[in-house]
Amino acid sequence: MGAEKHPYLFLLVFFVMALGFAVGPLILAALWAKFVSPQKPGNVKNSTYECGLESKGDAWVAFKSEYYLYAILFLVFDVETIFLLPFAVAFTGLSVGAILAMLIFVLLLVEGLAWAWVKGVLTWK
Amino acid sequence: MPNGFPVHSDYFLAIIRNSVFAGELMDEGLKSELTKQGIYVVKLEQLYNWGRSNSVWPLGFGLACCAIEMIAASMARFDLSRFGAEVFRPSPRQADLMIVAGTVTKKMAPQVVRLYNQMPEPKYVIAMGACAISGGPFKQGYNVLKGIDRYIPVDVHIPGCPPRPEALIHAFMTLQRKIDAQKVFGPDRAHHFDADKPSEFPIPLYGEHDLVPAKNPNVWEPAVVVR
Repeated sequence: MGAEKHPYLFLLVFFVMALGFAVGPLILAALWAKFVSPQKPGNVKNSTYECGLESKGDAWVAFKSEYYLYAILFLVFDVETIFLLPFAVAFTGLSVGAILAMLIFVLLLVEGLAWAWVKGVLTWK
Repeated sequence: MPNGFPVHSDYFLAIIRNSVFAGELMDEGLKSELTKQGIYVVKLEQLYNWGRSNSVWPLGFGLACCAIEMIAASMARFDLSRFGAEVFRPSPRQADLMIVAGTVTKKMAPQVVRLYNQMPEPKYVIAMGACAISGGPFKQGYNVLKGIDRYIPVDVHIPGCPPRPEALIHAFMTLQRKIDAQKVFGPDRAHHFDADKPSEFPIPLYGEHDLVPAKNPNVWEPAVVVR
């Protein structure tokens, strides 16, 4: 089993070494914690970190993700601009297939716009 | 020693596991002779303490003007990183040294104790400056804690108002010597190896007139004045 026969053997060796390098200290730390240095969890120690203030509630707070609509609209127009400008410049020299592909691409983006329209995002209130 | 073996240039480290339990197994003369050859025989305990005393990570935490001196100590001129302690951590979860740098007001004291409680063991405290060790110039004031050692165990006290960075570096070296002398096994082993010794200390509440309780009697007792 020489290096000529298995040219990628060193990758396996490298992977095993890297894994040992990462996992070895963790195992050592776990053994050290088990036999020598006891763990001392506590209410304050395990509570949510709030710069020393008393933490209220849970750290698992649900954030409202309503801004994703703006993100989608931005993406629609941003990507459209990037691709439509070179499309317009090279328009006369393009083949039918390329134009069809581009139209499908624009259709996909317009779909997002239509979806936002149906959601009522475009209505000024 | 076999001839031609490059002993002098190499830095060998041999660990005798048994000597951790059995004390000094190796003869002092042999140890000294080996050291001359470039072979250092240490106890596992010494290696462990050497490692952690040279990588003490302080909590990025300043209360008053002493913090400016603490920052100066970590900058290029005084260069705390020579001691492996320049990594000021923004979270107590990653820190093992709390430098109480400045005036601890009674409003702030519960937060300081809570931060100390949230640090993982082994943890150490340096009380920096006159205010942190005793209340300093504000000792007669109504709102200043008269020393943070009333609530948490302080390892090194630095007087000064504020102490210069050299004083903080000296405190650091004192702490390093303290860590180096800590035992891993045995009845006099370090605080954090003992499962019965507490890692958390009671957090005082901001009461009607003063902090309740006014001190932690397990940590601090007022000094007896002998006249």
